Amino acid sequence: MRKGYFGDFGGQFVPELLMPPLRELEQACEAIFPSSEFQRDLAELLHNFAGRPTPLTRCDALSRELGFTLWLKREDLLHTGAHKMNNTLGQALLAKRMGKDNLLAETGAGQHGVATAAAAARLGMGCTIFMGAVDVERQAPNVTRMKLLGARVVPVTGGTRTLKDAINEALRAWISNQKITHYCFGTAAGPHPFPALVRDLQAVIGKETREQSLRQIGRLPDAVLACVGGGSNAIGMFHPFASDLDARAVRLIGIEAGGTGEPGCYHSAPLNLGRPGVLHGQLSMLLQTADGQIEPSHSVSAGLDYPGVGPEHAWLQSTGRAEYHIVTDSSALRAFALLSRKEGIIPALESSHALAWVLDNASAFVEGSQVVVNLSGRGDKDLGIASEHLTLLQGEGT
Amino acid sequence: MSMMTLQHRIEAANAQGRIALIPFITAGFPAPECFIRILRELDEGGADIIEIGVPFSDPVADGAVVEEASRTALTAGVSLEWILRQLASLKPGLKAGVTLMGYYNPFLQYGLNRLAQEAAAAGVQGLIVADLPLEESGALRAVLTPCGMDLIVLVGPNTSDERMRDYARIAAGYVYVVSVMGITGVRNGLAAEAAETVRRAQLAFSLPVALGFGIHSPGQTDAMPSPPHAVVFGSALLRHLAEGRTAKEFMNSWTQGGKA
Repeated sequence: MRKGYFGDFGGQFVPELLMPPLRELEQACEAIFPSSEFQRDLAELLHNFAGRPTPLTRCDALSRELGFTLWLKREDLLHTGAHKMNNTLGQALLAKRMGKDNLLAETGAGQHGVATAAAAARLGMGCTIFMGAVDVERQAPNVTRMKLLGARVVPVTGGTRTLKDAINEALRAWISNQKITHYCFGTAAGPHPFPALVRDLQAVIGKETREQSLRQIGRLPDAVLACVGGGSNAIGMFHPFASDLDARAVRLIGIEAGGTGEPGCYHSAPLNLGRPGVLHGQLSMLLQTADGQIEPSHSVSAGLDYPGVGPEHAWLQSTGRAEYHIVTDSSALRAFALLSRKEGIIPALESSHALAWVLDNASAFVEGSQVVVNLSGRGDKDLGIASEHLTLLQGEGT
Repeated sequence: MSMMTLQHRIEAANAQGRIALIPFITAGFPAPECFIRILRELDEGGADIIEIGVPFSDPVADGAVVEEASRTALTAGVSLEWILRQLASLKPGLKAGVTLMGYYNPFLQYGLNRLAQEAAAAGVQGLIVADLPLEESGALRAVLTPCGMDLIVLVGPNTSDERMRDYARIAAGYVYVVSVMGITGVRNGLAAEAAETVRRAQLAFSLPVALGFGIHSPGQTDAMPSPPHAVVFGSALLRHLAEGRTAKEFMNSWTQGGKA
């Protein structure tokens, strides 16, 4: 494969001024990342600061109804409430070793911003977070958390004033501040080496799941599922299975956000409904007009609300190793309510998409199947949205 | 009439003892119906090459002025197809050379072969793609070269001498030197690093060197020990047009007030 590519997807489509810092990061990925000292320090942080390993929880009530066994990989229990911390601790530690004492990052829902700010605080680094002005308003509690953790939050007023514009602004800021600053990219997308670096940091999810399955189930699971926005929690779950020949029978199922599901409405499903194109440094599946302008995305879950997707997912889709389906807002909200009521776990709306597909497609799994859903985050941040839909949720819960 | 190459246009200006002028205009800004008139005014006002910005929804190398102009143009329905049709319809053609500057995705979605053929037929002599570094540029160069078009190389203050030499192997037309570690937009003064980058580029390349990003008035390059062969100015021109003033007026300040 070409350097920085997954099949036909990936690359480094950035202004020349960003090539030197990307090259510097590539070298750090090759020289620092694999060193035993770095891996030891990262493992220590993940264990004693972030709370790894996270449990693999069997859902007894839902399993009885479904006729097969449903398991949850509990990334919602990780510090700051989502899988994002696996990535930010790794990148922050790497940046420090590279001699860069400042982090900058984009955030949509605010989860990556909070996780970056927490990593920066822990390691004594400066932190600047770019966030679309629309998101600053609708995710106010996370803005407060970031500020408490010592980050500077910059509202982005250009374009659609959401995640993709926050990434544009973060890239611009990185051009000017690259000497002392590392861009802590939030998902397994963007220019090489970010897709591989973020995947390697998130792969701890799939590695633990594999070991826990052998221990708790006695064998590998029949299927693993994850929601896909940019795709970091999904690739972290999938990669250890996709790269292991012994696991080739394990179905890898990624779930994209379908928005309202009404024809002609915006959604966040580039793998299913987009075309290959270039945005934010990578060639991958993309929501765009016939002229190549980027289309706005929509999802009830801010964390999936992005018009692009990581290049490794586009590749896994093209080879057929992973399958990708769509779940709508209302289906995700029903799963959100059901898991809360039946299992005592309030999931993030993002993760609820993956769960919803299992619940809506129970016939896809034969009796006795072992199915793992990556519960990538907890739902506390979504209570505002949930209360707007309370009538629907209560109707489903009874 | 055989067309002068982009390289020759800059060399001809230098032979007259002046720095070549390269205005940048976002196509269809401030309104699509002004496009041809602005091109004519820039052409008659002394432009050696005109860079036409192809608007993109997510211009990461641009500052607020160019981003806003792009959004205005896109909202008005400007597309690459429209731009090429407008250029192809120009009778008589422009005296100045024409390059298109934009981001890769609109070019890619147009179809690289179709782009090369239609752009060449419309009199376009070069392309500048802000997010297409050396490693990703092979496919586009492969279709531009047979059509006689140049892919203009961009380098900046953090481009090493070694990397400049790598670029020199494939560069054509002229070399675009980004003056600052930053994005497009008007700045007070020029960074000290600009002069040094121009000097290094002149050593590494056998092509003319154009300086852009932050250029807003004649004389900004006067103090440089080895001035660039050409200057590119965009945001200052767009701001001028946004204030309701004419491109003609703007060019006058460069050809009359500027250093010969």
